[in-house]
Amino acid sequence: MKYIDYKQLNPFQKFGYNFKNFFINLPKNLKKFFCMIGRFFKNLFIGIGKGFAGYGTRFVRGDWATKLSYIVMGTGNIVRKQFVKGFMFLIIEIAYIAMMVFFGVEKLAKMFTPTGTIGTVVSETVTGANGRPVHIIGDNSMIILLYGVLTIILSVIFLVIYVTNTKSAYKAQCTVAAGEKPVTFMEELKDLLDNRFHVTLLAFPTLTISAFTILPLIFMILIAFTNFDHSHVPPGTLFSWVGFQTFADIFSSSGVSSKGATFLELTKWTLVWAVFATVLNYILGMIVALMINKKGIRLKALWRTLFVVTVAVPQFVSLLLMNQMLQDDGAINVLIKMLGMQPISFLNSTPLVARITVIVINCWVGIPYTILITSGILMNIPADLYESATIDGAGPARSFFSITLPYMLFVTTPYLITSFIGNINNFNVIYLLTNGGPTSGPNSPQMAGGAGYTDLLVTWLFKLTMSENDNNLAAAIGILVFIVCATLSLITFNLTKSAKNEEEFS
Amino acid sequence: MIKSYKFRRHFTNAITYIILAVLGLIWISPLVYLVLHSFRADGGVSYPYLVPKQFTFQNYVELFTQSKWLNPAASGSSSVDFPKWFMNTFVVAIFSCIISTLAVLMVSYAFSRLRFKARKPLINVGMILGMFPGFMTMIAIYYLLKAIGLDKTLVALVICYSAGAGLGYQISKGFFDTIPRALDEAATIDGATKNQVFWKIILPMSKPIVVYTVLTSFIGPWTDFILAKIIMQDKLDNYTVAIGLQKMIAADMITQHFKHFLAGSVIVAVPITILFLFMQRYYVEGVTAGGVKG
Repeated sequence: MKYIDYKQLNPFQKFGYNFKNFFINLPKNLKKFFCMIGRFFKNLFIGIGKGFAGYGTRFVRGDWATKLSYIVMGTGNIVRKQFVKGFMFLIIEIAYIAMMVFFGVEKLAKMFTPTGTIGTVVSETVTGANGRPVHIIGDNSMIILLYGVLTIILSVIFLVIYVTNTKSAYKAQCTVAAGEKPVTFMEELKDLLDNRFHVTLLAFPTLTISAFTILPLIFMILIAFTNFDHSHVPPGTLFSWVGFQTFADIFSSSGVSSKGATFLELTKWTLVWAVFATVLNYILGMIVALMINKKGIRLKALWRTLFVVTVAVPQFVSLLLMNQMLQDDGAINVLIKMLGMQPISFLNSTPLVARITVIVINCWVGIPYTILITSGILMNIPADLYESATIDGAGPARSFFSITLPYMLFVTTPYLITSFIGNINNFNVIYLLTNGGPTSGPNSPQMAGGAGYTDLLVTWLFKLTMSENDNNLAAAIGILVFIVCATLSLITFNLTKSAKNEEEFS
Repeated sequence: MIKSYKFRRHFTNAITYIILAVLGLIWISPLVYLVLHSFRADGGVSYPYLVPKQFTFQNYVELFTQSKWLNPAASGSSSVDFPKWFMNTFVVAIFSCIISTLAVLMVSYAFSRLRFKARKPLINVGMILGMFPGFMTMIAIYYLLKAIGLDKTLVALVICYSAGAGLGYQISKGFFDTIPRALDEAATIDGATKNQVFWKIILPMSKPIVVYTVLTSFIGPWTDFILAKIIMQDKLDNYTVAIGLQKMIAADMITQHFKHFLAGSVIVAVPITILFLFMQRYYVEGVTAGGVKG
């Protein structure tokens, strides 16, 4: 379609056109996405290559002091009278070498042993020479792995500092050669507050994020490739590298209570849950928001606050309360008995009842969010659209499905995808409300890894690490959930980006 | 004709009012139930009436007086120590609030106003890190803390809440982005360093977002329970209110402490609710910043 044709379409046709094109272009966009990844790696390698080239050039052009600082860090700077900087480099090098000698090399060697186990000495009690039992404290595979990852991260940081050192030495040499005075330490400090202010600002957050987000993440990703499960729990036993075995377990289904079958069952439920939770909350929330914002309705602020209070109350309070109210003798069953009906066992009877209950309760949790988010956008829908629809004889339902919904879908698709991801990872609602239960029911066999029928993949992941000790399985599931969420996020990201160059709806 | 139109409008409005009233009742009733029953005098966990028969302040009084902390002799009443948990949470919240506010503002200022080579890659890395399920790393964090001897301490909690705070830069970055760059340039021409621009120009102009960041990071520790639970394990003395309240309705404590749980929940929920109602505008902006186009 040519641009001029597109401009002449009415808003709904435009939306339909864009919507259709989104799916038509999906393969192309995915291809583009993979090309993007490819380009990223290409650029990365080119960057590394350039880095090495620069590293070599600097070595060739450098004088003796610069060359020496390739081995003894900081010499270049010390010779040019940048003492503080030079000695800092030197101290860092000594500290790193000491760390590697006393700590790092050993951990790395134990991490990659020829037999594939992590660590070599098994903890056991043997009979000593004098006939008494002697307890041998062996290697703790987990601690070795943790320290191994730490060593690798420290090495990467050191490498960066090392390259900075060679650059700094060469720069000092050039400055002196040009007949200028090399910058003093005080001047460099001042520069940290001005031209290199980003270094000052980002240093601390980067450090903490590396230590408490990236390090644990790498650790857990590596765990997925080991056999760290309930029968290989350190410090009693060692665990070893098994490659993709855990992933193979997940995708092979053998028997009703195998890991594979459980994963399949929970994946299905997670998707059903995410679709229902997202769509119901979205549509019902929008209808309530429309009612509140309807012309002629007074006390808008009051109605809004009534719903929004639910968002404001901390989730652990409202959901734990809900959990108590849904018990067999809880408040809701008291109400049901007062109305003269049979009490219902909401959470503990069959999987189906429990699943419906959590979806309904999630409406209670989620609809106020939609009201909060969409109210502002709903007000922006041009009122003349509704007026002309009314004149043409459209009722409220027709107006909703033909005007409101298409408009909102167009504007809030990224929000919808984000909340879909949020629901895949909706830990709180499931954990606090049912803790995954019921674990079995009529026609519903017990599942592997302590999983219950309302467990999402993330709550199962949590159970696997906290109570079942099947850490490798949990890590593998985490990686799979990440892949799904990351793909969806990238689609969102592309949509938002394209929206900026695109003709707006209406 | 006009009459019937008026009638129809009134009719639909009346129906809308009725639906809103019913829905509002459904939405608010669990919270009303919570508040009412926190003042309940009689009965235990299960109570056959929706509205309590007798009211009392006893639950609140007991929550704050019958604790090991104030009264070491009262060890008989198991290990529920709400005042201690409250103070723990307060201290953790204060410290993590200071550190994470600084971290968030620093990162978002750097990403928003400064231009450097690693900016784009760092933003992408931040985005990818945010996509991993958070629970995946928690067990590793616990062993990491154990390795440095900080497990089951409040310091560990402060570290965990503020360490990753820098990743939540999007909302304030969005705010900084809206401040005209001409201001920075003018200041730079007048000889201000970037440090001075940050403290003397950008921050004073960003009071709302600073307040928002402070409040959200202060509220965080009051509502989080997963991380706190993993770090504290069974060390009841260092519990925060969230896991403490959850502990009160564990199977072995619920008969004794159910009404204390209700009272404690009210005490925690009321201030947070009020704060949130004041901040909801920023909340909406934050959620929609990355998620809604147009």
